[in-house]
Amino acid sequence: MNEVLLEMKNIRKEFPGVVALDNAGITVRSGEVVALLGENGAGKSTLMKVLTGVYQRDGGSVRYRNQEVAFQNPREAAQKGIVIIHQELNLVPYMTVYENIYMGRELHNKLGHLDTKAMIQGSKELLGWINAEIDPKRPVQGLSIAKQQMVEIAKALALNSDVIVMDEPTDALPDDDVDSLLAIVEELRAQGKGIVYITHRLQEVFQICDRVTVLRDGQLIGERLVKDLDYDELVRMMVGRQLTDLFPYDPSPDTEDVVLKVEGLTNQYVKDISFSVKRGSIVGIAGLAGAGRTELAKTLFGVYPKQSGKVLLNQKQVEIRSPKQAIQSGIFYVSEDRKAEGLILSQDVKTNITLSSLKKIVRFGRVNRKKERKISEEYRKEMNIRTPNLEQLAKNLSGGNQQKIVLSKGLMSEPELLILDEPTRGIDVGAKKEIYNLTNIMKRNGKAILMISSEMPEILGICDEVIVMHEGRIKGRFTHEDVTQEKIMETIMRDGSQPKEGV
Amino acid sequence: MTREKLGRFWNMYRSVIIMVVFAIVVGFANNRFLRFSNIMNILNQTSINAVLAAGLTVVILTGGIDISVGSTLAFSGAIAAYMLERGFSAAIVVVAALLVGLCVGFANGLFIARWNLQPMIVTLAMMSIFRGATYLLTNGSPISVSDKAFKLIGGGKIFSVIPVPIVIMIAIFIVMYYVLGSTPFGRHIYAVGGNEEAAKLSGISITNTKIIAYMISGLMAAIAGIIVTSRLSSAQPLAGQSYEMDAIAAAVIGGTSLKGGQGRILFTIVGALIIGMLNNALNLLDVSTYYQTVVKGVVILAAVLIDAKS
Repeated sequence: MNEVLLEMKNIRKEFPGVVALDNAGITVRSGEVVALLGENGAGKSTLMKVLTGVYQRDGGSVRYRNQEVAFQNPREAAQKGIVIIHQELNLVPYMTVYENIYMGRELHNKLGHLDTKAMIQGSKELLGWINAEIDPKRPVQGLSIAKQQMVEIAKALALNSDVIVMDEPTDALPDDDVDSLLAIVEELRAQGKGIVYITHRLQEVFQICDRVTVLRDGQLIGERLVKDLDYDELVRMMVGRQLTDLFPYDPSPDTEDVVLKVEGLTNQYVKDISFSVKRGSIVGIAGLAGAGRTELAKTLFGVYPKQSGKVLLNQKQVEIRSPKQAIQSGIFYVSEDRKAEGLILSQDVKTNITLSSLKKIVRFGRVNRKKERKISEEYRKEMNIRTPNLEQLAKNLSGGNQQKIVLSKGLMSEPELLILDEPTRGIDVGAKKEIYNLTNIMKRNGKAILMISSEMPEILGICDEVIVMHEGRIKGRFTHEDVTQEKIMETIMRDGSQPKEGV
Repeated sequence: MTREKLGRFWNMYRSVIIMVVFAIVVGFANNRFLRFSNIMNILNQTSINAVLAAGLTVVILTGGIDISVGSTLAFSGAIAAYMLERGFSAAIVVVAALLVGLCVGFANGLFIARWNLQPMIVTLAMMSIFRGATYLLTNGSPISVSDKAFKLIGGGKIFSVIPVPIVIMIAIFIVMYYVLGSTPFGRHIYAVGGNEEAAKLSGISITNTKIIAYMISGLMAAIAGIIVTSRLSSAQPLAGQSYEMDAIAAAVIGGTSLKGGQGRILFTIVGALIIGMLNNALNLLDVSTYYQTVVKGVVILAAVLIDAKS
């Protein structure tokens, strides 16, 4: 028992302009549950993608059953006994449970005729092992998330997997179903499987995990036995980081000029949200992925309708029903996903910059190209967009420069309120610092800024106020002076689900 | 460096290069091909497809498709003939036919943009509806047209040399070139097709942009319908059948991406001309029409393949 199944060491993975993993690793033993912990962006998912062959590593070693391995794709990893159960489940809703369990490995006779009976029988057994009461013949559609997860687990068992990676399996589950899932995890452990358990809910770590592996900034911080750890120490391992002078904090002017005031904003994503943003200040919104932060931003921007509550812009109540109206009212939203939502990648720099403010460069219904070029050139200089020329296609630029194009587009629309959603995601440190300097300039120019970020240091470093969101609600508020990473983490975790006593 | 420049030149103008090379080669093979009268003939034959393709290019640029244009052509043509036979003047008839095209396009756009239905399915349904409506209106047999003024649209010649449809085609492409290249609406079309989500978050109304795109396509189909009806001096119940395929082919051969957001209207006319020249050349060379259809398919495949590889 407890032999080492899998050992990942000194893993390095680079993406263009970003080092995602450097010296990361994890060890998995049979009959053990290892918690893989870290903040958003710490590299947990990347490490697992390197393991299962979605990405190829740039350095380090992966030993599985005492052999050096490098899987080319998840299918190969699965054949060798390593499967990953993703947060977003990979089931085909219209097909039956047993068809899903045997997908790609259907049982058949010599003539190629499907052996339905054997597959149904096999599914029954697999589901029986984990005490899941699901009819193999019913379609997946209509099953609860928890039941669908059980089907995924049965699928993993059908492969005879030795290592099962579960990516935030309880995240989408109601509390009642969490316990039955945890029971299944314990059952798998008893069968000698090695389990990697990725979670944000620390109480679950103490409940079922034997060991923790903590990543931070793509590095392995430590591997410890759970019984030797307490809650505070675990949080310190996750967030303990030195703030550097990367963050040029610029105190906001002492003003009572409120640009945005939100009162009791509620819809299907967010509940009872109230806060305000003053002129020349940055309000940060911290929280986990899925806390409803982006949804809040998109509600303010008119993408999602609100059900109740008030939004006041410069003391005047506004009813915003579309992004078009939002921009006309003086709000601009810079998306967290600049490739999918921020840019027209197939078009050039100047076309992207002017897209939201065509009115400014149109005369008698005609786009004035000279004016377009002149204004774009001004933004290129001001924002320091590094591009050979303004005709360069957006897709050919680096992440940092792409982000500066989106910011230029936003500023050209002359907003009162700028909503920045993960403004530095996936861009390198140098460009990050430039973005921070730019936000400070916008601040001095009297913009109000609402900044969503999962990067704690940036929330702490440049925000005048910090709001912590969790499960669609505001759970805490801090000023620049008294906010700490521990306080934010604690605010989120305290409310993760039912706090466990004595931990 | 020069190699790179050459590559860029080829990528940009390859449809034009292919057209010119093709013309020269066929010109050597058959001395009638490059005669002035034959060139006018080709342009005149191509005009219907080119006009339809201009509308389709706009729709395809938004990431959509419109296969109802053939039926719209027939229906607006039939409306025109029907009204002419009841004594309406040519001017009123033309306006009415154009309105019909705009309305069909508006309906397409409403279903597609407002209610988020698949463009292929919506326009497939419209194709069937308006083909049926054309049968109903014409009772299944041609309606002949005798109005002199109306007949000039398809059969007249400016300065007794240039057929009117060629002038209409050129005018349409000049206007479309301007609209797509130099107006905010043109920018919106490209933005919606390039990245719908980003366009929306940039403050562009996706619904309005798409509806107008389908209305342009409907309008072009109506113009083509008027030309066809006038040229044949009658509205045929089967007019324009499968014309949508040639129009899509023209846009694609001209380099417009079916994924949307990429393509240029002036190359669509080149695409239409390549198809027109191909048919004309095969006729001159006495190749059976059965082969022509096969060759057209091969050319479309080649065009898409070249596009995908560069």
